[in-house]
Amino acid sequence: MGVVHVTDQNFEKEVLQSDIPVLVDFWAAWCGPCRAIAPIIEELAEEYAGKLKVCKMNVDENPITPGKFGIRAIPTLIFFKNGQPVDMITGAVAKSTIENVIQRLLSS
Amino acid sequence: MAETHDLVIIGGGPAGLTAYLYAARARLDCVLVEKTSPGGQVLVTDLVENYPGFPEPLSGFELMDRFVAQVKKLGLQTISGEVVRLEIEGERKKIVFDDGRVLQAQAVIIATGARPNRLGVPGEEEFLGKGVSYCATCDGPFFRDQEVAVVGGGNTAVQEAIFLTKFAKRVYLIHRRDQLRAQKILQERALANEKITILWNRVVEEIFGQDQVEGVRLKNVKTGETETLKVQGVFIFVGISPQSEFVRGVLPLDERGFIITDCEMRTEVPGVFAAGDVRAKACRQIVTAAGDGATAAFMAEHYLSQK
Repeated sequence: MGVVHVTDQNFEKEVLQSDIPVLVDFWAAWCGPCRAIAPIIEELAEEYAGKLKVCKMNVDENPITPGKFGIRAIPTLIFFKNGQPVDMITGAVAKSTIENVIQRLLSS
Repeated sequence: MAETHDLVIIGGGPAGLTAYLYAARARLDCVLVEKTSPGGQVLVTDLVENYPGFPEPLSGFELMDRFVAQVKKLGLQTISGEVVRLEIEGERKKIVFDDGRVLQAQAVIIATGARPNRLGVPGEEEFLGKGVSYCATCDGPFFRDQEVAVVGGGNTAVQEAIFLTKFAKRVYLIHRRDQLRAQKILQERALANEKITILWNRVVEEIFGQDQVEGVRLKNVKTGETETLKVQGVFIFVGISPQSEFVRGVLPLDERGFIITDCEMRTEVPGVFAAGDVRAKACRQIVTAAGDGATAAFMAEHYLSQK
């Protein structure tokens, strides 16, 4: 189903009330490393379709949610399960590093 | 059998992309391996003012977009993954990935670059992403009207301190010596900037806070006195280390881990070249990385034609 772009308005519904685990990529246009991992995030959305919901939130356009989670660095990836943040990665990392967390999330 | 190419370039920063440009124009069978997507450390640079041919400053990622666009015209082939080992079996080189995949090549150009050093003080790991940052362009906007510390005295530290004054109301530049190492033009700008306060002869001993950074404890290296400084952000630019772990024991490295080459980018192993920041050399700039990449590709072509 591809990447879902979420906002402060629909974060609750799309992420916290999701039936399946969710990965949210907090990013902004001015952030080089965010751009570097963007293709990986899209690949993950395809590869884990149906098992993991992959979302992106632009922190420039949506200040409330990043503030709630104390985000002061991007890219930050937060993994949610049953409405709770359960894991987090800060900075641009290799796809395999993200997949390790996804595997753990899906098998727990 | 493992996928095989004439040339594998590891790393997609300025050195790797330039090597690809030259290799593709030489019609070599070539792939580029990259951990995330092409760009390298330049992606975090706010403004590039010293790349010749661009009199108007442009952002690091604008410049890298142009590098990538140019190479794409020649049919850039990339493989995504993290290389964990290079194996030399005579003339055959094996590139092993963290997930077990293997690529084979006759020639290899290593252009994996470097990563920022850690300070190695209490609180640094704990507050990563909670006030501790190694990327001013990424995280600077989160510190609007706040006070931040920048640690270091080289080009990156001074340039990023200047950049951070766009957002922060006060930037403390903390440097362990009594003069900066940065290029004079950057020093002049920093000294003239009213939002920058330089704290000389100090080192950071600890980064503290509750859930987020609240300050740093400093020690004056001349007097031995300690003091605390209240800041919400700590940006660390204290040099770089090469991303060369995967060739340790395979190629000669210098004492800091940079790959030793001759002036034609040749390592001790025939057919294995190194280019850019990962290589042992004095001057690490985008323009020198690009130069290294061109030389490495030229020499790789020469090596392949001799076989």
